[in-house]
Amino acid sequence: MEKIAFQKIYTKISKVTKATCSLIAENAGYEELAFVHKRLAQVVKIIDKEVTLQVFAGTEGIPTNAEVIFLGRPPSLRIGPDLEGRFLNAYGDPIDGGPELTGVETEIGGPSVNPVRREQPSQLISTGISGIDLNNTLVTGQKIPFFANPDQPYNQIMAMLALRTKADKIILGGMGLSNDDYLFFKNTFENAGALERIIAFINTTEDPPVERLMVPDMALAAAEYYATNFNQKVMVLLTDMTLYADVLSIVSNRMEQIPSKDSMPGSLYSDLAKIYEKAVQFPDGGSITIIAVTTLSGGDITHAIPDNTGYITEGQLFLRRDTDVGKVVIDPFRSLSRLKQLVIGKQTREDHPQVMNTAIRLFADAANAKTKQENGFDLTEYDDRTLKFALEYTEQLLAVDENLTINDMLDTGWNLFASHFSKSEVGIRENLLEKYWPNGKESELVNIATESNS
Amino acid sequence: MASKGKVKGIIANLVIVETDEPVAQNEICMILHGEVKLMAEVIKIMGNLVYVQVFESTRGLKVGTSVDFTGKMLEVELGPGILSRNYDGLQNNLDSMEGIFLKRGNYTSPLDENKEWDYKPLVEPGVTVKAGDWLGEVKENQITHKIMVPFSFEGTYIVKTNVSKGRYKITDCIATLENGSDSLQNVTMVQKWPVKIPLKSYKHKPRPFKMLETGVRAIDTLNPITEGGTGFIPGPFGCGKTVLQHAISKQAEADIVVIAACGERANEVVEIFKEFPELEDPRTGNKLMERTTIIANTSNMPVAAREASVYTAMTLAEYYRNMGLKVLLLADSTSRWAQALREMSNRMEELPGQDAFPVDLPVIISNFYSRAGFVELHNGTTGSITFLGTVSPAGGNLKEPVTEGTQKIARCFYALSQQRADSKRYPAIDPIDSYSKYSEYEGVIRYLKENVSDLWLDMVSYTKDILKKGREAQEQINILGDDGVPVHHHILFWKSEVIDFVILQQDAFDPIDQMTPMERQKYMLGKVLNIVKMNFDFEKFEDVSSYFRTVINSLKQMNYSEFQSDQFHRYEDELESLIGEKKVA
Ligand SMILES: Nc1ncnc2c1ncn2[C@@H]1O[C@H](COP(=O)(O)OP(=O)(O)OP(=O)(O)O)[C@@H](O)[C@H]1O
Ligand SMILES: [Mg+2]
Repeated sequence: MEKIAFQKIYTKISKVTKATCSLIAENAGYEELAFVHKRLAQVVKIIDKEVTLQVFAGTEGIPTNAEVIFLGRPPSLRIGPDLEGRFLNAYGDPIDGGPELTGVETEIGGPSVNPVRREQPSQLISTGISGIDLNNTLVTGQKIPFFANPDQPYNQIMAMLALRTKADKIILGGMGLSNDDYLFFKNTFENAGALERIIAFINTTEDPPVERLMVPDMALAAAEYYATNFNQKVMVLLTDMTLYADVLSIVSNRMEQIPSKDSMPGSLYSDLAKIYEKAVQFPDGGSITIIAVTTLSGGDITHAIPDNTGYITEGQLFLRRDTDVGKVVIDPFRSLSRLKQLVIGKQTREDHPQVMNTAIRLFADAANAKTKQENGFDLTEYDDRTLKFALEYTEQLLAVDENLTINDMLDTGWNLFASHFSKSEVGIRENLLEKYWPNGKESELVNIATESNS
Repeated sequence: MASKGKVKGIIANLVIVETDEPVAQNEICMILHGEVKLMAEVIKIMGNLVYVQVFESTRGLKVGTSVDFTGKMLEVELGPGILSRNYDGLQNNLDSMEGIFLKRGNYTSPLDENKEWDYKPLVEPGVTVKAGDWLGEVKENQITHKIMVPFSFEGTYIVKTNVSKGRYKITDCIATLENGSDSLQNVTMVQKWPVKIPLKSYKHKPRPFKMLETGVRAIDTLNPITEGGTGFIPGPFGCGKTVLQHAISKQAEADIVVIAACGERANEVVEIFKEFPELEDPRTGNKLMERTTIIANTSNMPVAAREASVYTAMTLAEYYRNMGLKVLLLADSTSRWAQALREMSNRMEELPGQDAFPVDLPVIISNFYSRAGFVELHNGTTGSITFLGTVSPAGGNLKEPVTEGTQKIARCFYALSQQRADSKRYPAIDPIDSYSKYSEYEGVIRYLKENVSDLWLDMVSYTKDILKKGREAQEQINILGDDGVPVHHHILFWKSEVIDFVILQQDAFDPIDQMTPMERQKYMLGKVLNIVKMNFDFEKFEDVSSYFRTVINSLKQMNYSEFQSDQFHRYEDELESLIGEKKVA
């Protein structure tokens, strides 16, 4: 804990609520930090001489004569090269048993990038997961969440994805992580021999929830350091942003603010945007990419948290368990990467956009066939083929447990087309068909299919 | 002497200032926080306590800090040099700011004071003028920028001097005016105007009558907007509001385009920064950036400035309208503006309305939209502001205050449908729910008859009929199954699909399809309706879909080809023979 010399110590608290306490104090700055009864707190309101402090660890047991010491600075992180490989708590203090940080005390939650100083996100990130690379291609400087139900293995997928990308730094912001998941991340990163690329800020379910409000700003301040000073490609993982937003609503409720939809504060959009908009591509090559997790309750994306997130991020990756193949897949209908246009067919093979769209269209035909089937209507021969296609497509391309290069994904796509459809049914541009259609396949299989049905 | 005060309280960006001196509602003040001045606006006065919303972060601010009131409301600077600029919500020039990150209190000048402009006087000394009248003109990019009698001048004036043709800076005195008793007034090429006060130096505001071509078929053909019209685009996230607005900003038949990026993504603004200097205005061949001004208050920029940004944009638009120009104003998204109002209202602990929005939200929206419009100036020429705002309804549900408030005032409604977006039917404008009230305006009807075709309106209403019937047929098919309905239902459904695929759907990223001039829209609608009106005979329902798929394919290939090119005709011939095959006498 910090030692502060020559600081006035207050010992008379006039008001205590579940989240805040107030006292008469002079010269406090807005958003300044203080210690209340040795717990970190932040100034959230000043009316005349009365200063209200939000106590991150909660106010349980704080007496009216508790010691209050103001630190004279906003939340900050000691930023320097010794951040690498470290696991820190929400205040930026080590939790890995290592030495204290020695870097420069730097304010977190700082100003945003001037939009005219940004570059358009432009560099493909490859993850080996077809549901992403093929259908929802990501680029550096993008911000995108996984929308997932709490029982899905989003943390595992995120860890794997981050390690596979060629990010110079991976910064993990864990909010309300279970201890097991925290250890999972730690082991995974260690086992991958990637520790020197990792920095983690962790708030587990065992820590006071309000503390996690600092985690994204900590992670992003560290990210800005590496992206601006060393032009590094930084990937920031934020999990779980729903638990972050839940705390926003708790705090605003305790401060008696008027809630808007789903008892979230009216400022939820701005609060989340301030975090996600830190994703940026700088002209000198440095970038911050944010991959987040927003857990859903019962798959409801109209709830204020996923809804506001969707309005801010550049698409979303929707995780779903597919009961036909028994695997977790990235749903091609509800997922979207809005920045994929910038790279597909340009930094990837020319047939990428067409293969992607055609596969999804055929998959949609299969979905229609399935509905027909469920409603007891007869299926046509074409319907049957789409269903077979869909099963293989799900298994070979949508499931998240594959690791392929983008060219492999495209070739797999062509093979699936040729196994189940004729050239005219896929409706792909002539010149691409000539170049990529697997030789000899069409006539054989489709003829068999047609025969067996007639 | 301007008033002074001291900070008394701070709650996020709401600051309470104590003063015994006079202050005005909406007056701007500067909070002297150490080296930096934080700009703020008065939003409530209670005795000697003044509530101000700060346009910056208040981090580190302390009680007792001095505050200087400016005696002025939030103003913009109006003069040549606004076009092609990238401003923040308070009209600071973003390009002249130093560093990568935005610094608090870094206020940069919106206009270039050193640049010289070729001025040409338009009136002789002795002429009587009033506010908004044209004294002279300069060339700004490709447009003729009028230098006007300042809008704040009340009554009539006599022109005493007006400089001769030559090069002048915006701050040079170019004319002197006299009104009766007062001494001579100097006029320069730059003036200021408070953004929250509508600029009304025109003769009157007649009903709009002239259609404004956007090149988007689902708008121009089905639900056209007019020069001076208002419209809004509500839609859930990811349904294509921004892509649609960008398409309109590139293609619309406007002299000036003002884009207010209001609380949305920075990367989307960057896209405009990068693309517009390269892309050409399809009508003039000039670079798009030359006619465009961007007001960027992205979602991570201060919230109070977000509220100001839409007013800043509107005032710039009004300024150019008064030069007799066609201005297109786009705001994405007006919901973010409403949310900024909500945040302040909540901090002031006002009694909330629905969804915690301020109770007077509909009035605020309505007053804002009312500033758009088609006007006749005192000199008989006309100008217009066409305004299109997007709305981002919470949860995609249109029963919410911003959508409902906007619906009361905006005359065009372009509802984006999640279902259409999910099935990649872009633009996802719902053809049945959307409307344009202008289609009922007598002037508009006359205009369309004269300028498009006598039969146009009948064609359009027939098109809408088929779309409705097609949807009903589809519902029947879904309920009863493909073979549970007569083949006729399938034909009807597929006729509506032809309209959907060929007229409604339009690829915003295809160089040719993205923009369809009215003449081409008329041609294509005629083609499509010929098919729709035909009688077809099919044995099995399976044949219907495969036949119409090929018809659609030929028509779509026509959409992707240069109008009336060889390629276009090749597909047209292909189509004709397809039709010939199936035609029932
Ligand atoms: N006309 C179109 N043609 C092709 N694709 C489109 C079209 N309109 C939208 N899209 C696709 O949909 C995506 C989302 O569109 P857009 O960003 O305009 O949505 P939005 O309604 O503005 O969402 P938000 O409210 O989150 O800002 C685009 O990135 C693009 O992939
Ligand atoms: Mg948008």
